[in-house]
Amino acid sequence: MKKVIVKLENFSKKFGEKEIIKDINLEIYEGEFLTFLGSSGCGKTTILRSISGLDTPSSGKVYIDGEDVTNFEPPQRQVNTIFQNYALFPLMTVEKNIAFGLKMKKVPKEEIQKRVTKMLDLVHLNGYEKRKPKELSGGEQQRVSIARGLINNPKVLLLDEPLSALDLKLRKKMQLELKQLQRKLGITFIYVTHDQEEALSMSDRIVVLKDGRIEQIGTPVEVYENPKSLYVADFLGEANVFKGKITDRNNKYTLVTMQDGSVLKCYEKQFNLEDMVSLVVRPENIKINVKNKAFLRGKIVEQVYDGAFTKIHIKYEKQIVKSMISGNDKLHQVGDEVTISWDIEDAIVLRSEDGE
Amino acid sequence: MKHNKKLDNFCLILVMIFLFLPIFVLILFSFNTSRLNIVFEGFTFHWYKDLFSNRMLLDSLGNTLIVAVISTLISTIVGTISAYALKKYDFPFKNFINELLYIPVVIPEIVLGISLLCIYTVLKFELGMMTLILSHISFSIPFVIISVRSVLEQMDPNLEQAASDLGASKLKTFFYIVIPSLMPGIFSGAQLAFTLSLDDVVISYFTAGPDSNTLPLQIYSMIKTGVTPDVNALITIMLLIIFLVLCVSMVINIRNLNKGELK
Repeated sequence: MKKVIVKLENFSKKFGEKEIIKDINLEIYEGEFLTFLGSSGCGKTTILRSISGLDTPSSGKVYIDGEDVTNFEPPQRQVNTIFQNYALFPLMTVEKNIAFGLKMKKVPKEEIQKRVTKMLDLVHLNGYEKRKPKELSGGEQQRVSIARGLINNPKVLLLDEPLSALDLKLRKKMQLELKQLQRKLGITFIYVTHDQEEALSMSDRIVVLKDGRIEQIGTPVEVYENPKSLYVADFLGEANVFKGKITDRNNKYTLVTMQDGSVLKCYEKQFNLEDMVSLVVRPENIKINVKNKAFLRGKIVEQVYDGAFTKIHIKYEKQIVKSMISGNDKLHQVGDEVTISWDIEDAIVLRSEDGE
Repeated sequence: MKHNKKLDNFCLILVMIFLFLPIFVLILFSFNTSRLNIVFEGFTFHWYKDLFSNRMLLDSLGNTLIVAVISTLISTIVGTISAYALKKYDFPFKNFINELLYIPVVIPEIVLGISLLCIYTVLKFELGMMTLILSHISFSIPFVIISVRSVLEQMDPNLEQAASDLGASKLKTFFYIVIPSLMPGIFSGAQLAFTLSLDDVVISYFTAGPDSNTLPLQIYSMIKTGVTPDVNALITIMLLIIFLVLCVSMVINIRNLNKGELK
């Protein structure tokens, strides 16, 4: 049985009349890397700030390690935050920045010195002790802020979009480093991001938020391959959506008839005849011009070469179907009439949402 | 281009003459053998010797320094805390109070002087050092608040949250994080308060008592009987001190700039 380290119970937050977080219940386990994923304004940072104590919930409770900390000030909570803009103290050296938390706790000087050195080792910043934050690059500043948080041995480390200010290459590198660091230390990381790719590559579990509610919780594989809603399917990666009505079913598969009369096969067990459903197919599962499997016909309108992949846009009826093939296999030309197909098990069947 | 450069230099020299000629004349006359600040007759250190036996002048200088130091200290502390509170906390009429702060800065000194005198009369305060210091504090505080506030606006609000997150209490956050970050604003506010207090005539004129004559008041009253060159000598010494202080602060600034930061 995994130990629960942070628990949110009927957690709500209002700013004035506006309800930002709506009655969230969530258990976060010790040692896991959990990511809150959502677009801006979905309330993910508010949740993080309520765990750190920089905000308090309007109603509901926050537990850390079994203790009700809802009304505790930040200094009384054994969690630390990594801020988006790092928030390093500009007048203090790297060493003093990292030592700040221990100094506040009145830890003896020799011990502070020892632990600072250990932290600098951990984040590969030996020799930077006497530098000021201004003299560091973005990535180095981020490492200082991570060391400054971790030196306090927090029960949970909260990370608020910590990599968003870095360039792509550095971001990829830091993603890996953060993941390795978390695995090595075994500390619970709660991570907030709007970047689905970051969430997929780092997390043990992802909490997808939409308008202050939890849309889905699951491992990266679960939320990507089995999204519970169109919103999740669309937010995590790209999705081709085919809408239709269930017109027939047998014990093997279900037939969905689209507006133009095309009939698609899919596997599902949860819907009834006449239900409106959407079939979601990831671009990497879309096959072009594979004989004896042809479902739909379309015309290639765009090919985008991306290095490792070529993205092909195919116009089918009024929608653009996106396909992705590896490398630069120039099998098709813009303007070609092609057939579109996919393996039946690659189609995810979801309830159609109104207005979409 | 070359011609323009010459013109530029010429203008610069004119400005310098315009600014510094009066001061130069004043310094020159402090070494003048003549009693009158009209013609230079010969070189002497006589007035410097005279100065140190002029009790009235030295007493007023002492008063001026006491008032300036105490009022600067108090107005800087009160002003800094007020600026922080005005930024940090919400209370009724906050915006109104923020705007109100500019009034003491822009109203004529004579109005402030008379109104202060009124209050002291109503409260039956005896005019003296205390009323003088109180008055100087009251006109210095807005300058300190405005100067501290401009630095406060640029401070990253996340810094305080980070400190709190790392276990610092509100008081510790204020002393370890906020105050050091505000130092440039606090210094310039204190500098303003000190210089304003040092040369204030109008407000001091209304609020000083018979035993609390300040140097500017003393010099002002001497005009009727004629300013003696020992005043020139005193001002020359003061200029020298100010010049030295400016040099030191410039050296510190340049060193900090070279280190890539402004403190």
